[in-house]
Amino acid sequence: MYLLSGEKITCGYGAIDIVSNCNIGVSKGKISSVVGPNGAGKSTAMKALFGLLPIKHGKVILDGEDITNLPPQQRVLKGMGFVPQTNNIFPSLTVQENLEMGAFIDQNNINTMLEYVYDLFPVLKDKKSQDAGELSGGQRQQVAVGRALMTKPKVLMLDEPSAGVSPIIMESLFTKIKEIANQGTSILMVEQNAKQALKISDLGFVLSQGKNLFTDNGNSLLANKEVRKAFLGG
Amino acid sequence: MDFLNGITLIANYIIIPGLTYGSQLALGALGITIIYSVLRFSNFAHGEFMSFGAMSAILLSWLFISSGITLHPLPTAIIVLPIAIVLTISYCIIIDKFIFKFYRKQNSKSVINLIVSIGVMFFTGGLIRFIIGPGDRNFFDGERFILNARTFKNITGLNEGLTLKTTQGITIVLSILIVILLFWFLNKTKTGKSMRAYSDNKELALLSGINPEKVVLITWIITGTLACIAGTLYGLDKSYKPFTYLHLVLPIFSAAIVGGVGNPVGAIIGGFVIAFSELIITFAYKKIFFYFLPETFLPDGLLQILSTDYKIAVSFMMLVLVLLIKPTGIYKGKVIE
Repeated sequence: MYLLSGEKITCGYGAIDIVSNCNIGVSKGKISSVVGPNGAGKSTAMKALFGLLPIKHGKVILDGEDITNLPPQQRVLKGMGFVPQTNNIFPSLTVQENLEMGAFIDQNNINTMLEYVYDLFPVLKDKKSQDAGELSGGQRQQVAVGRALMTKPKVLMLDEPSAGVSPIIMESLFTKIKEIANQGTSILMVEQNAKQALKISDLGFVLSQGKNLFTDNGNSLLANKEVRKAFLGG
Repeated sequence: MDFLNGITLIANYIIIPGLTYGSQLALGALGITIIYSVLRFSNFAHGEFMSFGAMSAILLSWLFISSGITLHPLPTAIIVLPIAIVLTISYCIIIDKFIFKFYRKQNSKSVINLIVSIGVMFFTGGLIRFIIGPGDRNFFDGERFILNARTFKNITGLNEGLTLKTTQGITIVLSILIVILLFWFLNKTKTGKSMRAYSDNKELALLSGINPEKVVLITWIITGTLACIAGTLYGLDKSYKPFTYLHLVLPIFSAAIVGGVGNPVGAIIGGFVIAFSELIITFAYKKIFFYFLPETFLPDGLLQILSTDYKIAVSFMMLVLVLLIKPTGIYKGKVIE
């Protein structure tokens, strides 16, 4: 039983369908990854799940509730967090202000969540009065994830969290993602680095040309010959 | 003694007027910069919004004076300022509701908004001249000087006098207060931070649940307040004439761009840079050299680089220079499209 799922969703820009009849989901406290070649519609599917793109057919279900027509802000209140791939921080605001903005619509847990984020990413605590735009790529990504965590979401959606960061940073970022999931927040992410992503995933969705190609647990997909050959470079 | 006389002369003709004019430009440039960073267009109507604010202050001053309410030794305009601010804000919001909102909803390009703002500028200018007429209005009442030349000479025994007009004192003090208040608002309050967040990254601000309509409203409230105060202070200091505010747009824009568009600190620095360069370039230095050079070295001319009629040209030159050398301005700002 998924906590968040897109059921047979079809969506796209204008008349063209980028994603058609796709099923994607994540269970409570688990990690799901959506992988696939460039232009497979991974990010589009993500945006559709968060309400940034209208859905033509299909449903989005969160915790048993149909949220297909809810605007993104409402979804944040319902317990969803989203980290866009690019422009995911406020560069001229300080790290702390970035996190505060994450909690803009739900100030209830602001202090506990600030502490939680600083515990998770200790480097941010040292840099909390620095402008986020001055940080390194990896630290910015931490700010971005931290900002989305501030509303204490049930599901955290990450669009290519490792884009533009070095392999070492990526490694530690994935460790943190695993940690977040272990503490009960479900993670649904889109990843270009399919191998690393699938390694930590409980469930993997391989998309190609906007359709589900394979759906299985992470390790089985890694072991799957066809998947290896087509997407993981052998 | 000569040295002190020379310094006094510089203080009297360059430093005090520069600080006053600089504060007025800084307040104006702040308005431009805030609109630019939140609504993403260059608001050419800002000079006329300042004029509207000054006009409101004048009309209200007359009303108050005729009913016997004054604030001697301060000008009556100070008491009516809060009401004038409310009027200016209302005007800005009405203009936004009927004009700018339409283009915002269509996601118009910044240049379209710029042209729209020029339309608003002409309309507002016309409206103002229709209400108060095109003539010169002096609405200063109260004590003229905080420190006048004769008192200064008597106290210090110098040849040169130093004057500090009440309007200059008010301008500087009020500007400092307003700037402190503005920075406190932008950096310390939740609403202020959300405004900066919106200006930084609109999409992410929407994702974070920041209400864009509220941000726009607050932006106009701040702009209206700044415009009204800047306009009234300028009018008090130099006498009010609607057409001068049309010319004021250029130095204000120069100030905002020289300082770095979108950066409030830059707008303030830019205001002073423009004000001082206008004064320094158009000042006749003969009298100063009279104190600093031996008599035989003194030239015959006035030692003035440009006539004061070219004041506006100086701010234009500064603008061109900055755009050629450092388009982002002194503080890294955005490059105007």
